[in-house]
Amino acid sequence: MSTNFKDRNLIAVIGDEDSITGLLLAGIGHVNEQQRKNFLVVDSKTQVSTIESAFQEFTTRKDIAILLINQHIAEKIRPSVDKYQQAFPALLEIPSKDHPYGSSD
Amino acid sequence: MSGTGARENVFATRMALTNTKLRLKGAQTGHSLLAKKRDALTTRFRAILKKVDEAKRKMGRVMQLASFSMAEVTYATGDIAYLVQEQAKLATFRVKAKQENVSGVVLPGFEVERVQGSDFNLTGLGRGGQQIIKAKEIYAKAIETLVELASLQTAFTILDEVIRATNRRVNAIEHVVMPRLENTIKYIMSELDEMDREEFFRLKKVQGKKKRDTAAREATKKAEDAEQEQAAVDPLLDETKESVDLLSSKDVDVIF
Repeated sequence: MSTNFKDRNLIAVIGDEDSITGLLLAGIGHVNEQQRKNFLVVDSKTQVSTIESAFQEFTTRKDIAILLINQHIAEKIRPSVDKYQQAFPALLEIPSKDHPYGSSD
Repeated sequence: MSGTGARENVFATRMALTNTKLRLKGAQTGHSLLAKKRDALTTRFRAILKKVDEAKRKMGRVMQLASFSMAEVTYATGDIAYLVQEQAKLATFRVKAKQENVSGVVLPGFEVERVQGSDFNLTGLGRGGQQIIKAKEIYAKAIETLVELASLQTAFTILDEVIRATNRRVNAIEHVVMPRLENTIKYIMSELDEMDREEFFRLKKVQGKKKRDTAAREATKKAEDAEQEQAAVDPLLDETKESVDLLSSKDVDVIF
């Protein structure tokens, strides 16, 4: 179990533009001192390696409690997502506008 | 019996027997406690599983609603994505970790913590402000659902791990530790019995030998006694003989 989960209080997102915009509107957006954002906008031109590195960054950052990722984006980096077993940050796949939610437990 | 199965490497003594019996008792207590813990955790696990399922369905609905409100915003204001992304500086919507204790397992959970910020107040100033505010609220609600789901999922992951560990322990005690202790006890018992039998046999043997020795001694003593008696009789016989001799023989000194 993670020892410093008390410090984790941010929600990070990897998602398409609409999901990100909505979530940011609600106020989860955060840019830290190193100018690192806690969200990544993925569109059709985004490289899989970019998503992958963002995923790695968000899962290793110490201040993120929950990582939201659009399901259709999670499909692109499925091996990493499936390999991810830690409790913190909690990984959650969310549906997006264009891709309705298919339950995959 | 004693030869079968693994056992601890102990000397077969009464003390080791007592110790092993105590340990077996301890193992049994531990086993029942762990089994209870496992049952409690499993019950909890089932409940969480059910809740996760419900929350997932709810999330599906809520996100659909949120997407729809986002579409409204886009329709009313045009594309605000870039604006919103650039304005995001400090999170006003955060989560707070809380802890819950289920039979010795700390389950973390998240709680929504909102700071009233003035983010995006100017977004949609020209048009679509209403829709933006509405979308904001809907998304906030959606995130609440997401946070709830995330904490359930975290609890799920941790509980799963703990249940597996507990199961392993229960099985280890049941199938490894307890049989081994039982085998040790059996071994010590049989060894002690064997020693008892040996001791009994030895005593018998000693007794037999003693009896034999005594008999032998008695025999010799009897023989000796007889001899002595003989010896004691003999001089008497000699004397009588002598006396007879004395009577019969003619003494030179005697004049008459």
